Amino acid sequence: MDILNALVAFLNFVFIPAAAYGAQLALGALGVTLIYGILRFSNFAHGDSMAFGTAITILVTWGLQALGVSLGPLPTALLALPVGIAATAVLVLATDRAVYRFYRAQRAAPIIFVMASVGVMFVMNGLTRLLIGVDEQRFDDGARFIINVRDFREWTGLSEGLALRSTQALTLVVTVIVCAALFWFLNRTKSGKAMRAYSDNEDLALLSGIDPEKVVRLTWIIAAALMTIAGVLYGLDKSFRPFNYFQILLPIFAAAIVGGLGNPVGAIAGGFLVAFSEVAVTYPWVKVAGYLFPDWQPGGLLQLLGTEYKFAVSFVILIVVLLFRPTGLFRGKSV
Amino acid sequence: MKKLLLATAMGALMAGAAGAEEIKLGMSLGFTGPLESMAPGMKSGAELAMKEVSDSKLLLGGSTVVPVQGDSTCIDAAAATATVERLITAEGVKGIVGGMCSGEAIASLQNVAVPNGIVMISPSATSPALSTIEDNGLFFRTSPSDARQGEVMAEIMMEKGIKNAAITYTNNDYGKGLADAFAASFQEKGGTITVNAAHDDGKADYSAEVAALAAAGGDALVVVGYVDQGGSGVVRAALDTGAFDTFVFPDGMVGQALIDNFGEEINGSFGQNPAAEGEGREKFLEMAKTAGFDGTSAYAAESYDAAALMLLSMAAAKSSDPKVWKDKVMDVANEPGEKIMPGELAKGLEILNGGGDIDYVGASSIEMVGNGETAGVYREVAFDNGEMTVVGYR
Repeated sequence: MDILNALVAFLNFVFIPAAAYGAQLALGALGVTLIYGILRFSNFAHGDSMAFGTAITILVTWGLQALGVSLGPLPTALLALPVGIAATAVLVLATDRAVYRFYRAQRAAPIIFVMASVGVMFVMNGLTRLLIGVDEQRFDDGARFIINVRDFREWTGLSEGLALRSTQALTLVVTVIVCAALFWFLNRTKSGKAMRAYSDNEDLALLSGIDPEKVVRLTWIIAAALMTIAGVLYGLDKSFRPFNYFQILLPIFAAAIVGGLGNPVGAIAGGFLVAFSEVAVTYPWVKVAGYLFPDWQPGGLLQLLGTEYKFAVSFVILIVVLLFRPTGLFRGKSV
Repeated sequence: MKKLLLATAMGALMAGAAGAEEIKLGMSLGFTGPLESMAPGMKSGAELAMKEVSDSKLLLGGSTVVPVQGDSTCIDAAAATATVERLITAEGVKGIVGGMCSGEAIASLQNVAVPNGIVMISPSATSPALSTIEDNGLFFRTSPSDARQGEVMAEIMMEKGIKNAAITYTNNDYGKGLADAFAASFQEKGGTITVNAAHDDGKADYSAEVAALAAAGGDALVVVGYVDQGGSGVVRAALDTGAFDTFVFPDGMVGQALIDNFGEEINGSFGQNPAAEGEGREKFLEMAKTAGFDGTSAYAAESYDAAALMLLSMAAAKSSDPKVWKDKVMDVANEPGEKIMPGELAKGLEILNGGGDIDYVGASSIEMVGNGETAGVYREVAFDNGEMTVVGYR
């Protein structure tokens, strides 16, 4: 019984939140890594593009809600998601045409692209705020819980409760579907293979008759879809506030770099690694330990770091990985 | 001719000294930020008192009072300092109702108000640190120190049989001050604090903070936070994960927004905020209703009193210069003298103009103690069936 209680406490406070957060980071990191692999720069505007896509999705969701449309137990935002993706795709394609294409034609150094993307970030930052404001928005509807704490306690008779929010389950399911679709696209379709070829060797790809502008466009559209899905899932699960999307840029980059920039498998692994370390390092293990070792009375909370230092964890991982394995765990590119 | 000119000049001077003027009173309140839902009520309260005094035409020979509002943001001390700077130097206010939150109030008081010799009367900054601050007699508050709120909260919890509790506080002067004051008096009464941890406002997700609180455990969670900010976020995460069922809410959390956010989910929780009962409060609520705002909104009554106290002190000192009238605030607020209720400011002004004494009671039963703050009456509230009910006063 005590072992079960320990397991439930672990699931409730560590595993489920970290898994959902990890999936959101993984989707974000996939977008970053894709852009890095094919366009060869770190896109700092990623977080704010996510916020833009989410803001559009929220506005459409509100419209649908006003019309009385709903998906029953699922959030209405899923219906609005394609519109959000389309709007984000249009925005990033326009940005590419207005900003990045110029530097691509010049064959500018990656650092110039990075700096240009910082500028784009600030513009998108302002655009999102003009669109929806700076305040927190909640747009989740439908069923809140799949497993409710009170019901769980009644069913099982355990003293620990377990909660599984529908948005957490949704995040995981959508992430699995999106990843599967992405890998299928990259490995099995002609366009996907063209993208990988372009990523591996630009000149050789050109010689084989691959249209570079088409590859670039495709990359932006896929990245826009990944951004918007990641942003909407994050907003549904937690809450939407433009500033927070700027902040998660840091763990997203940590995840992409830890996994190996340019490597999609690495991005997913990195996302979960960063999320689980953040949660596990700041979680006080005293309760779980109390169930497992009833005779042991630890003095403190068995917490490695205060929750204020959550963000620091991803940087520590980042530094360690860069010191000992600069190309990341899954052998990405390094420029 | 020379004599005539002189006489006219003298006359003009005399008229200038004794005649009517336009007195500007500043309001440095957090119209944006974590307590933005409370600021409009406070502004309406303060303006109600100013209008009452202007309409009476009894202050300093018929002077009118003009409110000037500024945004203190509640959390950004630099922005609040700039706001107060503007109110004093550009607008030329004679006193300021504010600041709203403790950290920003301390910063703007020390950096701007004290060097310029302007009085600030805060309706809502409750940090114990403000009791001992070096203020040259320029700072008062119509709300009690949180040292007292900590005691009251500990008392209520002891009576309900809650012997151990976890505390989460918003990471600023208000949060830390109240959390520490509460922890001290709760432990003194024999309670146990399992954990006393900070949370930062403006985060998307508080599951990590709640996980830490849950691991430490406790019969109740004391949420020393802001209802429009992290406080609600922590409660949300705690409810979702089933970490706590009973919450204790101090003043920053008690508000309509809490009911709107959580409804029946917080049944069985309770809290307290400074709010006096009695004749003065009833009267204020009526006046607020007539003026078209909700007088029960947190700190609205205290704001009315802050503005009223300033204007009455000016009448008592026969000057709108804050360096002069600051010495009269305590006299006006305390005995001896005729008791003045809200809506009776004209009567108070008349007595003061005649050289008499008044004891301003106002909407929140003002009784100032030693360092220019009120002794404090708290309203105990309980949450049941998705409603907030007033249990009693302490």
